[in-house]
Amino acid sequence: MSLEEFLLEKKSAILKRWFDSILETYPSDTKQFLRTKKDRFENPVAHRISSGIEGIFSQILNDAKVEDASPFLDKVIRIRAVQDFPPSQALAFIFDLKRLVREAVVGDTREGQLSEELWRLEQKIDEMGLLALDIYTKCREEIYELRVNEVKRSVGRLIERANMICGVPEKEEDPEVCSTDNLT
Amino acid sequence: MAKVAPPEELSRVDYTPPKKGWIDKPAELKEGRWCYGSKPKDHEVVGLPNPRAWSPGDEDWKLPDNWQEIFLDGLRERLDKFRTFRIFMDICVRCGACSDKCHFFIGSGDPKNMPVLRAELLRSIYRGEFTTAGKILGKVAGGRKLTYDVFKELFYYFFQCTECRRCSLFCPYGIDTAEITIIGRELLNLLGCNIDWIMGPVANCYRTGNHLGIQPHAYHSMLEFFCEEIEEITGILPEPSFNRKGAEILFITPSGDVFADPGTFTAMGYLMLFHYLEGMGLDITWSTYASEGGNFGFFTSHEMMKRLNSKMYAEAKRLGVKWILGGECGHMWRVCNQYMDTMNGPADFLEVPKSPLTGTVFENAQSHKMVHICEFTADLIKHGKLNLDPSRNDPYKVTFHDSCNTSRGMGFFEEPRYILNNICNDFHDMPINTIREQTFCCGSGSGLNTDEIMDLRMRGALPRANALQHVHDKHGVNLMSCICAIDRATLQALVDYWIPEVEVSGIHELLGNALILEGEKKRTMNLRGEEFPWVEEEEEEAAEEAALEVNLEAAEAEAEEVAAEAAEEAVEETAEETVEEAAEEEAEVEK
Repeated sequence: MSLEEFLLEKKSAILKRWFDSILETYPSDTKQFLRTKKDRFENPVAHRISSGIEGIFSQILNDAKVEDASPFLDKVIRIRAVQDFPPSQALAFIFDLKRLVREAVVGDTREGQLSEELWRLEQKIDEMGLLALDIYTKCREEIYELRVNEVKRSVGRLIERANMICGVPEKEEDPEVCSTDNLT
Repeated sequence: MAKVAPPEELSRVDYTPPKKGWIDKPAELKEGRWCYGSKPKDHEVVGLPNPRAWSPGDEDWKLPDNWQEIFLDGLRERLDKFRTFRIFMDICVRCGACSDKCHFFIGSGDPKNMPVLRAELLRSIYRGEFTTAGKILGKVAGGRKLTYDVFKELFYYFFQCTECRRCSLFCPYGIDTAEITIIGRELLNLLGCNIDWIMGPVANCYRTGNHLGIQPHAYHSMLEFFCEEIEEITGILPEPSFNRKGAEILFITPSGDVFADPGTFTAMGYLMLFHYLEGMGLDITWSTYASEGGNFGFFTSHEMMKRLNSKMYAEAKRLGVKWILGGECGHMWRVCNQYMDTMNGPADFLEVPKSPLTGTVFENAQSHKMVHICEFTADLIKHGKLNLDPSRNDPYKVTFHDSCNTSRGMGFFEEPRYILNNICNDFHDMPINTIREQTFCCGSGSGLNTDEIMDLRMRGALPRANALQHVHDKHGVNLMSCICAIDRATLQALVDYWIPEVEVSGIHELLGNALILEGEKKRTMNLRGEEFPWVEEEEEEAAEEAALEVNLEAAEAEAEEVAAEAAEEAVEETAEETVEEAAEEEAEVEK
């Protein structure tokens, strides 16, 4: 039996434990809400996390390229990047999968047969961890970009109208037009 | 040698937050979650207390020595003044019906963002300082004392509430948690603790009439600029009037429509609509003094809201208009429709609004004399007064975001949808439990549309974004329209982070696209100056046709040339033959 078959067999149990372990990172009142509220529109965090980790797990099962898991990782990380987590904690859930798979394998009669493949799986999860770091960083960069863009949008037209934008002129222009003195 | 735990144990870090009651867990004020503190100059302009340079990140907030006394006196005064507030303090049974309804809680997972708990922050002080049980039993009776940390916690969380009222919709007792936030912010104001993004606009609005502090000539100039852009797009130059005495209607809109994209495109839509109607008898003027529909005083105190709002009736009176038309705005609309009459009325110098185009009397505005532009436009469409080409909005698959104040605050659901269904061909609502009275907030209302708390805003925006994602995936929605200036400014950041394929617009921007102005040139672009996708195709087709025509002409010319050559050759040949024949004849004769 291959590890792939083993994981397929244990898929729902591992996913449930994975989801639970992510919920553990939230305060107890929140955990209860995330676990019990089933409507996907009233509980988007749980919905996105569960569909995200299911996607990640399927990618592992399908032996797809690590990069293919990107949209699913993004689904979860995009949320955790704006919640109250330090980066290490926001991304810890990926590495937690190693523990969950190990725990499922340990004690199973097929443990011996799977060790080689398990090592490869863990390597893949590590690679996903690195990809997750890229995604997390991108999300944070986007937040800073949003801040800059919003400020630009809020007064952009005004500056344009007031001839206060000092771009490259089409023709020779009076240098005073580019002055920002009027701003004060 | 020290005993080292096995690797499995070392790798298992317990991230579970410690279990503690909320009262025992002091708030940790994290940077990026609090807004910048208000500036002393802005306090001084409007005479608010305790002007000083400070930051919520500072240890010392520079409060006056008797700050507790000021706060508690303020609380006592408001408990006596507002019966609702006292009831809200007493009546909550902590059933939890509201707890999972707040977008900030849903998105952040911070339990103190549960409306019940946010209210409890203040309610616990009320119990601990004002009720006998709370004074004696303290924590057991849900009471606590007002300490410095508690005060900071109030600031932190009352500026993590957008006063959207979604929670109050689900409260079996009808407790309006937004009102608790409003009072909470008033109390913070007594000690000079407001945020820069609110106090700046308040001070500007008080001095120059609008949030950015734009002076009348700049306001006028911006609108002229839009008129020029409209001329470029349509060939028609609208000529709006400003501060015109004796006009029938005064138009007031949020200044965001005049200065910030994409609201500016909505302002162009208003200008086009008014130009269209002027020939039919609309007599309307803009004002460069009442140049702000928004009211950040609403997020400061009742008194400040009243002061900033007073310019509307004052300007209407000065100009001698009959009634007021309001632009697309959310909280402005709540202030105007629900408070203005009580605060600054009676508006007995105005008449009950009546559309000069359709004769419709807006009975709902009998008292405060102000009509929302969506009511006005929906009525025009209903009476067939507008010549529209919805296909110009075909590049858009549109949805509508109900703004909290217009929908939940006012029951304003149908008019915007009616307009949208008449000006575009592809409209899809988001799931029912995320729209209309159950709408999710943009996450940036009530003065929280400032950039330093972008993280917080994005969390708060998640429920809205998630519903939008659904219609984007299912129907390909690529435009979210709304009727609120704060929404127009802030939803753009929301979609940029969560669903970058979607754009944000006001409804009158789309109306401007669809509206057929008399004598206009063939439209090739929308109000954003973006060319319609079919223009290129049409141009290509036209170019192909032209090329075909040229080819035909060339072929004809060539054929003619060939024929002429052939004829010439034939003539020459005949001539040669004739000469030869003649020569032969001559030779024969000679013989």
